[in-house]
Amino acid sequence: MPSADGGPPIADAARRAVEAVWRIESARVVGALARYTGDFALAEDVAQEALAEALVTWSRDGAPANPVGWLLTTARRRAIDAFRRRSALDERYALLAGHLAEGEFSSGGPAAPGAADDLPWDPARVDDDVLALMFTACHPVLSPEARVALTLRVVGGLSSEEIARAFLVPVPTVQARITRAKKTIGAAHVPFELPRPEERRERLGAVLSVLYVIFTEGSTATAGDSLLRPDLAYEAVRLARMLAALLPDEPEVYGQLALFELTAARFPARTGPDGEAVLLEDQDRRRWDRSAIRRGLAALGRATSTGRGLGPYGLQAAIAGCHATAASVGETDWERIVLLYEALGRVAPSPVVELNRAVAVAMASGPQQALDMVDELAVSGRLSGSYLLPSVRGELLVRLGRTTEARAELQLAARLCGNARERAVLLGKAAALE
Amino acid sequence: MAKYMLIMRGTDESVGKMMETPFEEMLETVGRFNEELIRAGVLVAAEGLDDPSQGVVVDFSGETPVVTDGPYGETKELFGGFYLIDVASKEEAVEWAKRLPAFPGSKAEVRRVPGIEEFPQDNEWIIKERAWRERNGQL
Repeated sequence: MPSADGGPPIADAARRAVEAVWRIESARVVGALARYTGDFALAEDVAQEALAEALVTWSRDGAPANPVGWLLTTARRRAIDAFRRRSALDERYALLAGHLAEGEFSSGGPAAPGAADDLPWDPARVDDDVLALMFTACHPVLSPEARVALTLRVVGGLSSEEIARAFLVPVPTVQARITRAKKTIGAAHVPFELPRPEERRERLGAVLSVLYVIFTEGSTATAGDSLLRPDLAYEAVRLARMLAALLPDEPEVYGQLALFELTAARFPARTGPDGEAVLLEDQDRRRWDRSAIRRGLAALGRATSTGRGLGPYGLQAAIAGCHATAASVGETDWERIVLLYEALGRVAPSPVVELNRAVAVAMASGPQQALDMVDELAVSGRLSGSYLLPSVRGELLVRLGRTTEARAELQLAARLCGNARERAVLLGKAAALE
Repeated sequence: MAKYMLIMRGTDESVGKMMETPFEEMLETVGRFNEELIRAGVLVAAEGLDDPSQGVVVDFSGETPVVTDGPYGETKELFGGFYLIDVASKEEAVEWAKRLPAFPGSKAEVRRVPGIEEFPQDNEWIIKERAWRERNGQL
């Protein structure tokens, strides 16, 4: 395999080995460092420095026997250096540097000499560290783009290059977002801790939103030539599974996991041989990933069993579940889907939900009733500029036999659509009406 | 993402060490590792096999298969169980394999598991297998 940076193959192998370790360990390493330094930005900096050092050392000397311990020890030394530099300016840092150097790293209190290297972290606190890391990376003081980049970086263990590739933005843009995000967290004095009970619900919502953005970008790429960026979507699935393991009693965490699994289950059928979009009604359902469906339904069951009712993610998962268990479009329980969209519209009102509800109504009760709903939505202007509204409207007009209007709507939708693959489908439909 | 199987192979040495280890201790060690995989969101399936002396071997050396009682005679390494994980790269699978709870003397083999989508989709047997997987929710 050619090296990304044109280096020798051995360096490339070492790089991939380091990346693999980092993917598994980044959250715990940065989490542990952030707790002990009490400084999220510093923790991320020294973790990245340790990672850079690993690339050099491991490709020269081979990977160490305990790669995680190596990374943590190296990062800790960098943190001590940083504190010593700062201690010239501030007494408190001298104290912290002293504590860290004494090995008071793996547990809350002073540790036995040498114990820090033997026990890279305190198992009892790992969960809290990783959770605190997720909450910090998704903190409301950060811009949405920064939250996404930071979460993928510190929790997912992705490099700036990988994040840039996933979101089709230049690498310096990602780096700038992360740098700025760390500065913002420092400037706002965001503590590295779990949110207090009274703000917990809102903060959890922020974490879920970030995972949702990552998943959505992977499952319906807003720009570019390919419809799906599955690696990014699967990364969101992995993060959602991590979160579910950490917060087993939160119905919305399981609801979101269920939604991701059930949506990702359709990926193999969503694109045709040439990468073109295949609509739900035309998908070969035999290609759906049955094990993902099984996992999704299990997660949905778990969300339901908490007995606190389904939230917005759980309701969307329930809708995805209706599709996943239906043998065909015709055999789908559209009545139930209409009900679920109505519920979703109440707990999370949005014009997109109303539009989807209209589509379900069209399937359950016919296109005219749905068209009335869509027209009402059009008048409200809440979806102006989105290709979704004219594309649904176009479909309904096709079903009503109003061909000329339908063609114009589909062409309008194509003009507004940012994804090349979806645009091609819309233009194809319009052309078929000639 | 790709699926990899971590295949655990034991030897007389490692099986001997395993037998000396208290059962509770083993359960905890293996349980902790399983928990790590679950928390990392990568575990798909895992199974361990029963005592090899309870197994039988079907030998295809001759014209007709010959069935003998286990263990497998001269075989040095015995397949003892597997993990199926879904990870981003071979390196990540190897990294997990390095963390397997294994006794000295044993080995782990890391092999990619091709998905059914990699086989010709118009082949009648693949179509049948797909249908079966669909009914059973098989991996």
